[in-house]
Amino acid sequence: MKFCLVVDDSRVVRKVARRIVEGLGFSCDEAEDGQKAYDACQGTMPDVILLDWNMPVMSGIEFLEKLREMDNGSGPKVIFCTTENDLGHIQRAMNSGADEYIMKPFDSEIIESKFVQVGLMEQAAE
Amino acid sequence: MRIADFDLYKDMLMKQSGLTLSADKCYLLDSRLTPVAKKWDFASLDTMSVALRGMPDPALVKDIVEAMTTNETSFFRDGKPFELFKEVVLPYIAKSRSTQRSLRIWCAASSSGQEPYSLAITALENQHLIPGWKIEIVATDISDDILEIARKAEYSQFEVQRGLPIQLLTKYFEQNNENWKLKEEVRNMVKFQNFNLLNDMATLGLFDIILCRNVLIYFNEETKKEILIKMAKRIPSDGFLFLGGAETVLGISEDFTPMSDCRGLYVLREGNYDMEALEKSAAG
Ligand SMILES: C[S@@+](CC[C@H](N)C(=O)[O-])C[C@H]1O[C@@H](n2cnc3c(N)ncnc32)[C@H](O)[C@@H]1O
Repeated sequence: MKFCLVVDDSRVVRKVARRIVEGLGFSCDEAEDGQKAYDACQGTMPDVILLDWNMPVMSGIEFLEKLREMDNGSGPKVIFCTTENDLGHIQRAMNSGADEYIMKPFDSEIIESKFVQVGLMEQAAE
Repeated sequence: MRIADFDLYKDMLMKQSGLTLSADKCYLLDSRLTPVAKKWDFASLDTMSVALRGMPDPALVKDIVEAMTTNETSFFRDGKPFELFKEVVLPYIAKSRSTQRSLRIWCAASSSGQEPYSLAITALENQHLIPGWKIEIVATDISDDILEIARKAEYSQFEVQRGLPIQLLTKYFEQNNENWKLKEEVRNMVKFQNFNLLNDMATLGLFDIILCRNVLIYFNEETKKEILIKMAKRIPSDGFLFLGGAETVLGISEDFTPMSDCRGLYVLREGNYDMEALEKSAAG
């Protein structure tokens, strides 16, 4: 089973995201800021990370930059999932090594569509 | 709604747009036509039905037809057809049309534009196959309202996140507050016009590729047959047809046959294809 780490400082968002990714057949863990996510990655490197931008202690973008410098840090697909919805933020995220970008609010269809695009799963037949 | 009124709408929709309405869709009439009745200042759906039995205003009939269409669509819907377009059809056509250096595509029920624009973006992303070619994408729909939305090419945050990779969003769209507007370069590749699939298609000319996706499902067998017969005459002997995931030519069209291992892609049964080249592009 593929493993997803949800990184968001809102417990509600983490819960919603967890329900969606588990529904797509992924196992799931949560972290409430970039530092906690970084610690988690030192234990087990996830297959995919859903990453909020603004969080206390360590922001999403800081975490991403540090992650990509880790030994296996290029492995996980990183999908930003944030209310920051302007071109500047999107471009900065992509330049720092994000694979995809979701502008909140999201729903299961958007997450599924992005998981397909980064090659984590097959397109469901209609 | 009374049965006689249901039949009135059923017959009207069949005649005007081909839409087949089964009795279990009665609720759809109620929910979608009540706003139309309101717009036209009828006291109720029943009074509108009475008026329609006389000499109905063509503009009212048009509103009813448009209200009953389903416009559900998305960028790169279902994924696979656009992969086939890029990996099988484009490489093949790049060879077969290398002297003419032009490509004509018809998107036959284009709704709010995501489908023809996805094709335009794919063509731009694969320019190395067709460098400097003349590319014409004709996109048609029966609904003027939806065509207007398509021409505007401005989509909500929600719409651009269904099926569109973020790299393509940043490359081909401009942000307009909460919305995203497609750049002129892409918009200019698509010509929208009103066209009813029940009508004579000869006026449209010939197309190398036709997409007719997720519209035949609303029609009965006979209407599907007629449309596919007419479409077979709109492509040259080495043209292509795409249908939607829930649609097929099996038992409906003698003219088209599915291309093996290419779901949703059809070729002419009596066509004239360079099979070797086709299989080569299909094998990737
Ligand atoms: C579900 S959408 C499909 C959009 C797109 N092809 C796709 O697959 O995503 C169906 C469209 O068919 C149009 N339509 C319905 N009846 C039609 C007819 N008789 N002639 C032309 N278009 C029609 C509707 O207005 C609607 O926009």
